[in-house]
Amino acid sequence: MTTEAGSETDVKKEPEKVPEVEQQQEQETVPPQTEEQSSKPAESEAPPTAAAAADQPQEENQIAEPQSEPEASASPDPSSPPAASAQKKEKGISRFLPPWLKRQKSQSQEKPAESPTPHTEPIEEKSVKEEDEEEKKSGDQPDGGAAERTEEVEVKEEAQSRPQEEEQEKEEEEKEKEEEKSVGSADTQPAREEREGEPEVKESEEKKEEKKEQEQVIQPEESAALLPHKLSKKMKMVVCHVTLLDGSQFSCEVEKRAKGQYLFFEVCEHLNLVEKDYFALSFKDNAEQRCWLDPTKEIKRQIRNSQWQFAFSVKFYPPDPSQLTEDLTRYLLCLQLRQDIASGRLPCSFVTHALLGSYALQAELGDQDPDEHRLDYISDFQFAPNQTKELEEKVMELHKSHRGMTPAQADAQFLENAKKLSMYGVDLHHAKDSEGVDIMLGVCANGLLIYKDRLRINRFAWPKILKISYKRSNFYIKIRPGEAEQFESTVGFKLPNHRAAKRVWKVCVEHHTFFRLTSPEQPTKSKFLTLGSKFRYSGRTQAQARQASTLIDRPTPYFQRTSSKRISRSLDGAPMVNISDYSRAVDSAAGGDNGPALELNSDSKAPQVELEEKPSVDVATSVTSESASKTDKGGAGAPQTKDLDKTQEDVLKHQASISELKRSFMEAAPEPRPSQWDKRLTGSPATTLRLQAPGSLEEELTSLFLSKACFSALSGSCSAAAAPAEGRRVSAQPEAPQISSSLPEADRRDASKVLQRPPPANLTCSTEVKPEVNGQPEVVEVVEETVVIEEVVKAKPKSPTPEPESAAQDRSLSSDSESEDEAEYHAHTPSISVQLIKEEPEEELNQQAPPSEPEPITETEPAVPAPSAQTEEDEAPNGHSPIPEAPPTETEEEEPHIVNGGVSRVETEVICCSEPPVVKTEMVTISDTFAAQKTEISTKEVPIVHTETKTITYEAAQLDGNGDGEPGVLMTAQTITSESLCTTTTTHITKTLKGGLSETRIEKRIVITGDSDIDHDQALAQAIKEAKEQHPDMSVTRVVVHKETELAEEDD
Amino acid sequence: MSDFGKYTHAIMRAMPASLSTAALRSDNVSPVDPLGVQREFDHYVSVLRDRLGLQVVMLPADEELPDCVFVEDTAVVCGSTALITRPGAPSRRSETVAMKGALTELGLNIVEMNDELATMDGGDVLFTGKEFFVGLSKRTNQRGAEILANTFKDYAVSTIPVEEGLHLKSFCSMAGPNLIAIGSSDAAQKALKVIQQMSDCKYEKLTVPDDRAANCVYMNLPGKGDVLLHCTPEVFPESTKVFERLKSHMLIPVSNQEKMKVDGALTCLSVLLRI
Repeated sequence: MTTEAGSETDVKKEPEKVPEVEQQQEQETVPPQTEEQSSKPAESEAPPTAAAAADQPQEENQIAEPQSEPEASASPDPSSPPAASAQKKEKGISRFLPPWLKRQKSQSQEKPAESPTPHTEPIEEKSVKEEDEEEKKSGDQPDGGAAERTEEVEVKEEAQSRPQEEEQEKEEEEKEKEEEKSVGSADTQPAREEREGEPEVKESEEKKEEKKEQEQVIQPEESAALLPHKLSKKMKMVVCHVTLLDGSQFSCEVEKRAKGQYLFFEVCEHLNLVEKDYFALSFKDNAEQRCWLDPTKEIKRQIRNSQWQFAFSVKFYPPDPSQLTEDLTRYLLCLQLRQDIASGRLPCSFVTHALLGSYALQAELGDQDPDEHRLDYISDFQFAPNQTKELEEKVMELHKSHRGMTPAQADAQFLENAKKLSMYGVDLHHAKDSEGVDIMLGVCANGLLIYKDRLRINRFAWPKILKISYKRSNFYIKIRPGEAEQFESTVGFKLPNHRAAKRVWKVCVEHHTFFRLTSPEQPTKSKFLTLGSKFRYSGRTQAQARQASTLIDRPTPYFQRTSSKRISRSLDGAPMVNISDYSRAVDSAAGGDNGPALELNSDSKAPQVELEEKPSVDVATSVTSESASKTDKGGAGAPQTKDLDKTQEDVLKHQASISELKRSFMEAAPEPRPSQWDKRLTGSPATTLRLQAPGSLEEELTSLFLSKACFSALSGSCSAAAAPAEGRRVSAQPEAPQISSSLPEADRRDASKVLQRPPPANLTCSTEVKPEVNGQPEVVEVVEETVVIEEVVKAKPKSPTPEPESAAQDRSLSSDSESEDEAEYHAHTPSISVQLIKEEPEEELNQQAPPSEPEPITETEPAVPAPSAQTEEDEAPNGHSPIPEAPPTETEEEEPHIVNGGVSRVETEVICCSEPPVVKTEMVTISDTFAAQKTEISTKEVPIVHTETKTITYEAAQLDGNGDGEPGVLMTAQTITSESLCTTTTTHITKTLKGGLSETRIEKRIVITGDSDIDHDQALAQAIKEAKEQHPDMSVTRVVVHKETELAEEDD
Repeated sequence: MSDFGKYTHAIMRAMPASLSTAALRSDNVSPVDPLGVQREFDHYVSVLRDRLGLQVVMLPADEELPDCVFVEDTAVVCGSTALITRPGAPSRRSETVAMKGALTELGLNIVEMNDELATMDGGDVLFTGKEFFVGLSKRTNQRGAEILANTFKDYAVSTIPVEEGLHLKSFCSMAGPNLIAIGSSDAAQKALKVIQQMSDCKYEKLTVPDDRAANCVYMNLPGKGDVLLHCTPEVFPESTKVFERLKSHMLIPVSNQEKMKVDGALTCLSVLLRI
């Protein structure tokens, strides 16, 4: 069971709920980690610590996770989606449960060598690409019996977790302390403690499970034999019935908790299909809507109460079937198209019906034989929805002309004609436009088509779409402004219901990824409890599929073409419009948000980085994130920093290679999740970097978008900062930190990406932040999911200021102002170099030019303890905080933190001593935040300004606001703004009561605006000096300087 | 589409004497020279039949239908299917009768636009070889476009708002398999942008200074290759220069000065088809 628990959770939960994963870290990680732990007991003890990460890259992920765990545990709000909560709870419980550790150890001992497998599994889950082995593993892993047990365990855990939440938090705190103290051992110790506390019974069960898992992992097939007694009870097999494209039925026995992937591979194996990336399994949900079976999730959870009846069909219609390698693949595609045509889903003219029918006949029957083929020989075939005698005669006539054509040739001709049809590969969905007019949304390889009746009334090519989202039953696309347009626009459509909206969204995400990207986005692993779907297409992209096809090295497989009669008959009555259903209501809801995803377009076009972050996290979150990041790095921080510094220098001086940049970014990643990022970075080819920042969407959207950042090769660092969305967290303290961390990472990645693309001298960073504050932190149902697609970078001047408007207003997707706000967040560049030093709260010098948000966040961080309070504060600052940053601005933030000794938390502080990277940044901001805030001037005509951005961050050791978990009481929070000639000073004071000690954190944001004539350095020095003088009893914890200078029109 | 522009037949209709006096027109300024119109028409016919070798089916004129010479508006032919339109101008509805008969005789599949709510002038239909663009104008409405879409199901049919000018093809036309001739007016350029946005294809554009000069007739004929009937330098000197840059085309200037006074363009005079 242990393995199962671990593996299953990974498989199931990871893909679906990234945030949860983090929480689950212990469980999930346990199996893999256990092994590691065994090898390195000391390290193992401290799961969250950065040290572990430093030691082992793999562990990095884990490290990130551990931090998240505490957060997660704390975060599990009552409102959180059931699934998520359950998982989360489990995680939390698991942490506490001693048995896990034991199990882990035992596992490790038993099969140390196998340890790698568990690690791989999660990866496998993500990518369907995985080979058979993986499949087997996944398939084997989910043992019926084991699964059941795991479920039980989970339930128990959950129950426990709730009551124990407080305890957990405490424990977490303790862990943190421990971690801080001993980086290496932090993980294990807390875990042990937890274990001890937990009931023995669970332990025993868990142990059993673990054993099973181990065995399974090792010998999936044998496991059953090995543990007959246990497995017999636990293993539940289910027979799946799959309708194949030729109308035949394929039955397959799968473990009850098997993932969709397992069944899909079984079917492909049965079909001897290699080029399977274009295909998928579907099923009918309770509403008779066709839903695609997500390969990364458990079948059972997807079909719910429906029958285990599936259909194998084409999901992505290759625009050019001739590029398929195998005839078998083309044959299957032909079968699908025949279905589509016969059902009317793929409309075509009489002539085309006849022509395609004749090719089908030729492929099925070969040359027409006058003797054998009578006039009625084709009446058994269905060529069209309404087949007439006239058509049949025409088909026969054409059939004669194909004499001598081989079946494969006939199929090829069939496809050559079919692919030209305007509705080929278009997935239609019923919808209404903003005026309530019935329309159809057609998702295809090239983008989104809008139909009214049969007329195409609009078309949005993927490059034209910046963001895709849905909210409730509405589906939105944000459109890139045209040449003459200065601002983005959002188009909304009304779907019949929430599920339909989500289906469209998913189909769009999948099609965009498959056809537009070179490699899929990594599924977001958010550590937060987030609402919303983390869904991302995890399979191969078309580019990858084609690449793989070229590598196919096997003799042409023999396959027998079956009579199309069956097909046509089976097709009868097929619905004209096929709406693919992706039912994942629960999952999606549970799954945090779709977090932020950065999409780098593989397109040769301008480098584009897309960050989507939908942090539902409160402002507090952001704060916490910092602290969290600090803690994480605590161990490994120092070395990393060095690396970073070096790299940065290189970049600046020598325009270091992209790869180096990546490395630096990865290493540098200060935030809690470095591991994930690292994995992604390392794993992903240099060309495609994708950052996904996990964000949490609450019912109402909270989304931060960091959209493209294009950096010139020259620019050493890009500043893309995503501002944390604001949501109220009920209890989720831990999550927040993660989010924040993720953001910076994302930025870095962006930067790295940008860097990779040497050619463009301009850096463009467009950040869109859509913070939405949700009163309900965790809602079971995820309402919105947003995908930001940015392919083209447009530079617009950003005024990096948190836009209050956005925060307050942006509950609606359409608001462009949000994006603007986001842009401000964008600035968050500080991520450049971060050093983690464990120290007690000291001085933080944050100089953040672009991202003003972080600062406010920081302030709150110390106060973190009181989530609600923070939320309020945060929201206020973020959304409303009047700290507009004009493009050229220098901001100083002083955050004197008084750490409460009461809690022995030492917060590791990230010290950013990054040399001020000179980045030429083009920021695209729809509206000038700055302008918007102050004057409410239409942002539409914001000119494109090229700015040079320098960001310098100095951080002294901080007290961790991480205290996320810590129950802090927000005493007071106030924001004071004063404005003088060229400087704007915003002071944000947060008082928090932590562990009996009151902590006051003051964040000052000083915006110095002026011509280049001004001596900014001097002004900055003066500002810092003044700040110190004003608060002699406080220490400066962080100074972030962000300098943006308008460049001449060089870039242009 | 390799078949694009490969025509064998042209359906035309003789010019009624009533054209110069009774034809519908949006511009009342200058009178039509009856002799000049006839001269232009005869030249056009001779080019198609004598120079290009097309089979020209000449329908008899009907004095009751002063606009009947503009046969393009009465039918849309694609492949072996012909859609008989329902012209937007009530006075022209009867023009379709003769066209239907001719197309039927040629063996085409006939689809009629019988919906009384639908209107369509063929001049609003731009077929690029890959897809249709239908201008929504004074003469063509959404319903008409829907019927066209239902008729030619293989192709995408996109609607294009026509804010100025009589027809969509009053300021644009196909000048090659992947080449759209487009006028320079704001309305024309705006329409082009819509076309480009709506299409999965990347069309090249040939921008001419004069909107009306953007209406040309492209054909791809055996032995002659790309053939383009376009405006004359006497009428549109600058636009003609633009066409003359198409080195690979057989360029045939055809005067259309008089018919333009009654909103007649080059494409209006014939329905081209391949049998």
